[in-house]
Amino acid sequence: MRRKDAHPARLAWLVVGGLVAFMLVLAGCGSSSDSTSGGGDELQKLGKGEGQLNLISWAGYVEPEWVKPFEAETGCKVNNKTGGTSDEMVQLMGTGEYDGVSASGNASARLVAAGDVSPVNVDLVPNYKTIFSDLKDQPYNTFDGVHYGIPHGRGANLLMWNSDDVSPAPDSWDVMLDPKVAAKYKGRISVYDESSYIADAAMYLKFHQPDLGIENPYELNDEQFEAAVDLLKEQRANVGEYWAEAAKQISAFANGDVQVGTTWQYQYFALQGEGEPVAASPASQGFLPKEGATGWSDTWMLSSKAKHPNCMYMWMNYIVSPKANAEVAEFFGEAPAQSLACDQTADKEFCTKYHADNPGFWKRVYYWETPLADCGNGEENCKDYNDWVKAWTAIKG
Amino acid sequence: MATEAVAPKRSAGRKLAGLFQGRPRLQVGALLAAPGAWLVVLYLGSLAVLLITAFWTVDPLSGEVIKGFSLENFDALVNEPVYRTIVWRTVRTAALVTLTDAVIAFPIAFYMAKVASRRGKGILIVAVLMPLWSSYLVKILSWRTMLSEDGVINWALNPIGLHGPGYGLTAVWLVLSYLWLPYMILPIYAGLERIPNSLISASEDLGASPFTTFRRVIFPLAFPAVVAGSIFTFSLSLGDYITPRLVSNSQFIGNTIASSITNDLPFAAALALIPIVVMIVYLSVARKLGAFEHV
Amino acid sequence: MRLSRRAQALLRLAVGVGLAFIYIPLIVIGIYAFNSSKILKWPPPGLTTEWFTKAFESDSAREALLTSLEAGAVATAIAILLGSLASLAVARHRFFGRETISFLVVLPIALPGIVTGVALSNTFTQVLGISLSLFTVIVGHATFCIVVVYNNVVARLRRTSGSFEEASADLGAHTWQTFRFVTFPSMKTALAAGALLAFALSFDEIIVTTFTIGAGEETLPIWIYRNLFRPNQLPIVDAVAVIVIVISIIPVYIAHRLSSEEGGVTGGKGGGGAAEVAEVTAVP
Repeated sequence: MRRKDAHPARLAWLVVGGLVAFMLVLAGCGSSSDSTSGGGDELQKLGKGEGQLNLISWAGYVEPEWVKPFEAETGCKVNNKTGGTSDEMVQLMGTGEYDGVSASGNASARLVAAGDVSPVNVDLVPNYKTIFSDLKDQPYNTFDGVHYGIPHGRGANLLMWNSDDVSPAPDSWDVMLDPKVAAKYKGRISVYDESSYIADAAMYLKFHQPDLGIENPYELNDEQFEAAVDLLKEQRANVGEYWAEAAKQISAFANGDVQVGTTWQYQYFALQGEGEPVAASPASQGFLPKEGATGWSDTWMLSSKAKHPNCMYMWMNYIVSPKANAEVAEFFGEAPAQSLACDQTADKEFCTKYHADNPGFWKRVYYWETPLADCGNGEENCKDYNDWVKAWTAIKG
Repeated sequence: MATEAVAPKRSAGRKLAGLFQGRPRLQVGALLAAPGAWLVVLYLGSLAVLLITAFWTVDPLSGEVIKGFSLENFDALVNEPVYRTIVWRTVRTAALVTLTDAVIAFPIAFYMAKVASRRGKGILIVAVLMPLWSSYLVKILSWRTMLSEDGVINWALNPIGLHGPGYGLTAVWLVLSYLWLPYMILPIYAGLERIPNSLISASEDLGASPFTTFRRVIFPLAFPAVVAGSIFTFSLSLGDYITPRLVSNSQFIGNTIASSITNDLPFAAALALIPIVVMIVYLSVARKLGAFEHV
Repeated sequence: MRLSRRAQALLRLAVGVGLAFIYIPLIVIGIYAFNSSKILKWPPPGLTTEWFTKAFESDSAREALLTSLEAGAVATAIAILLGSLASLAVARHRFFGRETISFLVVLPIALPGIVTGVALSNTFTQVLGISLSLFTVIVGHATFCIVVVYNNVVARLRRTSGSFEEASADLGAHTWQTFRFVTFPSMKTALAAGALLAFALSFDEIIVTTFTIGAGEETLPIWIYRNLFRPNQLPIVDAVAVIVIVISIIPVYIAHRLSSEEGGVTGGKGGGGAAEVAEVTAVP
């Protein structure tokens, strides 16, 4: 084949270049999505199930024991994706591929602001009536008086340790956060890998350095924030792992790679079930070290782009029905949202142990929240979510 | 018996072929249309879009991308020292991995090319290719279990008083070197094979010791192949985030991109520009060193 | 090459150590696949084959495997087509921007997977507004598969002379006939080897896949990653990995046979086919 210089190939390049430019223009003018903050109207009437349901949830929330009866009852086949962090859940909801999510307080506000979730008509969820009253109309599930979800349950982050390797049994977070005490377990400490952990440091400082004036560990001005960040930078030298998947932490404790860390009841039960020598702050202490603990109060929220909204409503009603809510609460190890669930738990003392009906207890638990610039006391100089995320990268180094 | 030239039938295929005959530009155009569209428009276009996205920002509460021009992301990258640390750590590790792989690969490749029998060569090629077919994730997992407190490495070292490296940067270096080794062995083998044995014999006949022959004949001729292999080991190490995540706590460029993408896409895009720039520089250098003429 | 006995011994030692380095982790996985305990202490307390049974029974593993096979097959098919077209253009013609193409075509492989994944994902969801699914995964995979096939075929085409095709044209064959009877046979084995390598890369790919896959789908690597830390599932993952390694002996062997065949028209030298091996490794 003869080789000739092909000038019209230049034309071809121009065409190609034009196509690329076209793509760039598309990107620039790309529809700013349907983001009205609000995300649509509430469903007025419940229709038939659509046969499928796509959920994002925390590990342990959607398990076959209670999912199979739900599927049999409603015909909605459940596809569940486990999220490791709230960040991940918010991002997944943004894709519009899921019908609902079990959102913690540091996700719910962002989901509402992004228009990724719709208001929920609580009249369509009969079991909502008997939910504990201190879970209703809270700032993390009700926005401008509009309900955005159904409470699932709540719990505190646990301090867990390997009872063979760690003694005496700790009763304070200093075993992780005080540089001198934590150095005993250098390289064997397990820390949650999300910017929300900064609040744990802030809560610690609230107790040990009161002159910083920290009130709400999620509302921090420059000085308070820097103090918390510095504490965590010091902690880094002792950290063995930053975990973002529950199963990864379970494996690390089981292998002896870490000996003490912050965790959820889910991992604690799993390790106990495997016969591992783990212990956590006992029920007699209210599961809380003396500084208190951060925690979560989770809400099932409906996607504004849900393809199966009826199934989602059926799920929300089902998961807070007395039997199912008791099952998930006992499996995971959290306080159920449904007051009638307390009669259904296998362990009759469960609700008492977990303070399900004790609003006073939850005053010492700082639920995950989205940090905002608005400090809530008239000032606007608090660190916002972007600051927290950027700081977290700097902390890990 | 005369053979007469018979004009071929004017089939549809021939008619269409006639269109292309003598029109190289049309041939090129037709050949390149589909792959061109894919690679240039879709792939390069996506990279271009990414570049633009790096100049946008994101609303802290709703996570919505704000399409206004801003240098905020680059500002953060330059001013916040942690990113320099992360980039340096990644590049340093990638370079170390490349060097390690070159050192381990060369003897194996040399043996395969110049010393092994024909049958041995075949066996060795298969032996080196096999790991490419085992799952990347499972290989990392294997190292993770070997490196753990109760794993093989400590089991072997503790009796003699030593302790394995555990998780951390050393583990990342070990695992990455392990993963990309076949990608270094094969190009070097190919390059060494291409060196005619007569050159080596000539060098020996002229009185050079094996070491001198290696230093002055073999290695310079094989060097472009080493560079070609290094493109893979360097680039694969540069972007890997799964290995650091599974066997260490350290943040590499890939980890920061992966974690930023969940809440700040423009910032992740800005971060992604760093490996692109590094690789373009690397590829240009590699091209000068002859890696691209290698086939 | 004449090497002293000592040098030969040292060389053999280096090769032995290198091969041990390569195979020990794989052997460890093999052993853990028979581990009777779910805890990963070494040495394992006992042996069992129950994980292999469970692996065969696992629905999610089977679905993931089928998805991976499907994605790999389609991506490879696209790559065979587009990779050949591109390599024919570059190896047999001269045109404006040819050098640039040679450079650009390396990018999908030379740039880290996370960059490709993020860029494509962004384009799909933000620019084109299509939702992620197996289709987008295939597009992502095909992008680097094209490069792999291209590298292999262009290497072969560069080593075979274009004069054969000219002769064919002179003898009266038109474009398709020339391709079918002259060009294609000479690049056949390179194409096959490239396709095998492309399939292997697609089958094992995780990073680009993570960013381009939709909600309800799973390829085998994604399935593995999801189950990597679940104590109950981990031994099954090991068993699946062992099964894949064993089955993959077949394509590796085939690839090796293909590489050591000479192309029809080239009459290249023997010696294990260094250039063919280079094709297999898709060196740019």
